[in-house]
Amino acid sequence: MKGFGRYMIFLGSLFVRRESFKTYYNLTLEECVQIGLKSILLFMLVSSFMGAVTTLQTGANLVSPFVPRFIISNVVREMTILELAPTIMAVIYAGKVGSSMAGGLGTMRITEQIDALEVMGINSASYLVLPKIIASILMYPLLVIVAAVCALMGGYVVGTLTGLITPTEYIYGIRYGFNEYFITFAMIKSFVFAFLISTISSLKGYYTQGGALEVGIASTQAVTTSIIAILLADYFLAYLLI
Amino acid sequence: MIKINDISKSFSDKQVLTGISGEFEKGKTNLIIGSSGTGKSVLLKCIVGLIQPDTGNVYFDLRNFTEADKEMKSEIRREIGMLFQGGALFDSKNVEENVMFPLNILTKMNAEEKMDRVNFCLKRVGLEGVNKKMPSEISGGMKKRVGIARAIVNNPNYLFCDEPNSGLDPQTSILIDELIMEITHEFDITTVVVTHDMNSVLGIGEKIMFLYKGSKLWEGSNNDLTHSGVKELDDFVFTNKVMRSLKDAQITGNSK
Repeated sequence: MKGFGRYMIFLGSLFVRRESFKTYYNLTLEECVQIGLKSILLFMLVSSFMGAVTTLQTGANLVSPFVPRFIISNVVREMTILELAPTIMAVIYAGKVGSSMAGGLGTMRITEQIDALEVMGINSASYLVLPKIIASILMYPLLVIVAAVCALMGGYVVGTLTGLITPTEYIYGIRYGFNEYFITFAMIKSFVFAFLISTISSLKGYYTQGGALEVGIASTQAVTTSIIAILLADYFLAYLLI
Repeated sequence: MIKINDISKSFSDKQVLTGISGEFEKGKTNLIIGSSGTGKSVLLKCIVGLIQPDTGNVYFDLRNFTEADKEMKSEIRREIGMLFQGGALFDSKNVEENVMFPLNILTKMNAEEKMDRVNFCLKRVGLEGVNKKMPSEISGGMKKRVGIARAIVNNPNYLFCDEPNSGLDPQTSILIDELIMEITHEFDITTVVVTHDMNSVLGIGEKIMFLYKGSKLWEGSNNDLTHSGVKELDDFVFTNKVMRSLKDAQITGNSK
């Protein structure tokens, strides 16, 4: 409870003594590049392989002649949109971006850079963390969309090249029984996960005390806590929204 | 002038500062000295508002900073420049951007005015032509100079330096000390320096506050050090043979 209280106070502190809109605008753009553009290749690579492997494994398990082959891509679509793209990518996002946020803020704390901001009369939490949260909320859903497209394309390439499924069957399966709400659901999950990862990681980094060892510990804690929060949020969102 | 009144601070059950009062004068380099762990840096952080004291008040030219509202605190903080122990330069910004940072945030100067001011400050601390270097590309002494340039760029009324000589060779330490003193006199600001460097104490200690185990034990100038009559201060300042012989020579000289 103490940790949750601290988290809430931290969130509250982001919105007091704010700087000008222009300052946040520039900082958010910088963070978008750091968070979004610099993660896109990793996301494309991981999701393409994820889609490819899901296609192969689904194909290997659908051995009944009574099950049409287009069900393979149908399963890949549902898994990708509902879980693989938003949730599994969130775990990767926590590992890459979350640890970087915690490490960066932790280093700034132990080298007194955060104190330097405070002495200048700047709300360091708001100045440093708010742009990261906004950039995260803006970029992560886009990364999820890219990841979903890459996963479906990965599945298509592997499925058709291995002769597991024909291109026509794959496309038909992708379109068969499509429920647009699942996209909305995936986007809601993306926003929630992006918020959780960025705020938890920032909290862990911002309150780091000690030296290099503690910065490492803060980064690890940021990833661990973020993943637990993602899994819990995933369960509750599925329970509430589906 | 900065006045502190009955400042106390404890962390958990450890009392770090006990009822410290005193004044730091304008246009002088005011030193807070004492051995490691006596609470010098905590006192400095209480003064600049990075740590909230348990009791007591800090006055910046009669303005009560400790009990001021957020607006007033912000206003006073904008009159403060601070040099941190490690320089505290922003890693992601180059020298020029570091020095310009307070101007970007706190002023409405145009780009040309800001650039002129940055170049003036960098020149003032003896750093020209390093504008585009990153903090990782410059030496410890240069980082301190950049830190000083950033601290004075916004024309502060109060300058705080937390162990400006730590990690520097004696020659560079003296240069940094002299720079701090020159800037203090040149811009007529109130400077408070936390140090346990004896060269600084003797060289720039126009007003010295000696802390011992979290309490103020002595106050005076570097000229008064030899006849303070405080054993703890003597033990701290005149530790080695050279310092003791200096003290003896001064006492002998005075008696003649």
